[in-house]
This record gives sequence, structure tokens and C-alpha cells, in this order.
Amino acid sequence: MNDKQKLFKKILELDFALHELNLFLDTHPDNEKALRLLGDYRSMRKSAVEEYENRFGRLIIMPCDAPTTKPWQWINGPWPWEIGFGGE
Amino acid sequence: MWQYQKKLQYPVKIKNPNPKYAQIIISQYGGPDGELGASMRYLTQRYSMPYDDVKGILTDIGTEELAHLEMICAMVHQLTRNLTPEEIKASGFDKYFVDHTAAVYPIAASALPWRAEYIQAKGDIIADLHEDLAAEQKARVTYDNLIRLIDDPDILDPLKFLRQREITHYQRFGESLRRTTDRLNSKNFYACNPSFDKNCGKN
Repeated sequence: MNDKQKLFKKILELDFALHELNLFLDTHPDNEKALRLLGDYRSMRKSAVEEYENRFGRLIIMPCDAPTTKPWQWINGPWPWEIGFGGE
Repeated sequence: MWQYQKKLQYPVKIKNPNPKYAQIIISQYGGPDGELGASMRYLTQRYSMPYDDVKGILTDIGTEELAHLEMICAMVHQLTRNLTPEEIKASGFDKYFVDHTAAVYPIAASALPWRAEYIQAKGDIIADLHEDLAAEQKARVTYDNLIRLIDDPDILDPLKFLRQREITHYQRFGESLRRTTDRLNSKNFYACNPSFDKNCGKN
């Protein structure tokens, strides 16, 4: 796994942690530790995305991430279900 | 509304195609306890839920199930790529291939197409949450069975991730049920239906 793949994996892991905290908070809305962790992981994700973009260019996960320059990059493969997604 | 995120919740990278495995894994897409039914069940039940926190958990777990459906479809897609007609015949994949080629269509391992009868929206919070708890356990058993039958680590890795999610969802639905009964008459949870009867159960 190269640095680009490692950093993308780290972003996926942080997204998963954020989702887990989301579900946990749905049934524990007053849990201060979970709310604090959510804030921590959000900052970690923001830094990881900044590092990724400084080193490897735009990270396009949602259509709104894609630049407004020609050509429209949202449609670039490989798509997530294909072999080679995330760089190989 | 929903917006697509261009990633899988957990990576699927299967080196070796295997149409035999694809034919059993596809049950977690269109089978009786699969991810398509899971997402439709939770997202459908939201509309008659009386409590905001339960609307939240159904929305968030129902959305996650769509991501699981995508992982299962990715597995089936990768397991059925680059097949020769000989491999298709030898693996028994020919019966699927004749109707769907190498597309990913929601059927059970038994070939029965997905049916709305796999899910229920009863309009009663206790009945619906029990349905959801049972659904998570049934999906967990299906993953256990797949893990028993498969010996490729590229397939087992995402299957084990998905199995673990069933256990987490079961936990969250259990907490939702407890939070629900805490709001009902402790002498008789069934005295009224908070999804339907006005002034039943404090929010």
C-alpha cells in the first residue's frame, strides 16, 4: 500500500468512527464522552483530508467536491465497486 | 434526500473470481434477510415512528444498510468478472447468467427474487422494533453461514465486517426499545399505541 492509499484508508477509518459515534449518540444523546470524541474525530478527518489534498490533489467523494474546471471530474472511474478503486 | 458518497464503507478487493461463491453471497443482497430488505424495512418504518430518537436511528441505520447493499453487490460483481462460458457452466452460474448475464440482480441464494414480504411496517413501535431486532439476528446468522462456507480471505474480510455491523445495529435497536418502554406505562406497555393514539406515551 503506497502513501496515497494509506491516507485514503485513514480517511475511510475516520468516516467509520464518525458514523459509529452518530449511531451511539442517537441512543445516548447526553453522552459527553461520545460528543467530545465526535469533535476530535471531525478535526482529525479535516486534517487528513488537507494532508491528502496537499500531497495528491483533490479528494472527490461527493459531487460538491469536484472542481468547476473542465472536464467534470466527478464521473472519473474507477467507481467504488470496481477493482482498482482507491488506487492499486 | 440522499447524496452519494464515492466510496465503500469498507473496501472490497477480490483477486479471484468465483461464481459459486457469488451465488450464495447474493442472498445478502436480495434474500429474505439481506441488505436490500434491511434498508427498505428501516427507512419505511420511519414514517409511523412517534419518537425523534427512533426516527433518527432508523434513518441512520437504514442509510448504512444501503452502503452494505453496495458492498455485497461489489462482491458479487467482482466474483463474476472475466468468466468464460465453460466456467459459467461448470459452476452452475448458467441458470442465473441466462436471465441476467453478469448483472447484479436482487435474488436469494435459492434464486427467488426479492419480495416486499421480507419486511414489515406494522405501525406499532414495539412490534416494529422487535422486527428490527430479529432482522439483525437473522442477517448475522446468514453471515455466519457464509463465513462457514467460504475460504477466500479477500471475501471473508468484508463479510466479517458486515457480520459485526449486525451486532452493533442489534445493540442500538435494543437501546431504542428500552428508551421506548421507558416512555410508556410501566404497568402495561400495550395500554395504547404511541404511533397511533394521541397522548399515548410521553416524548
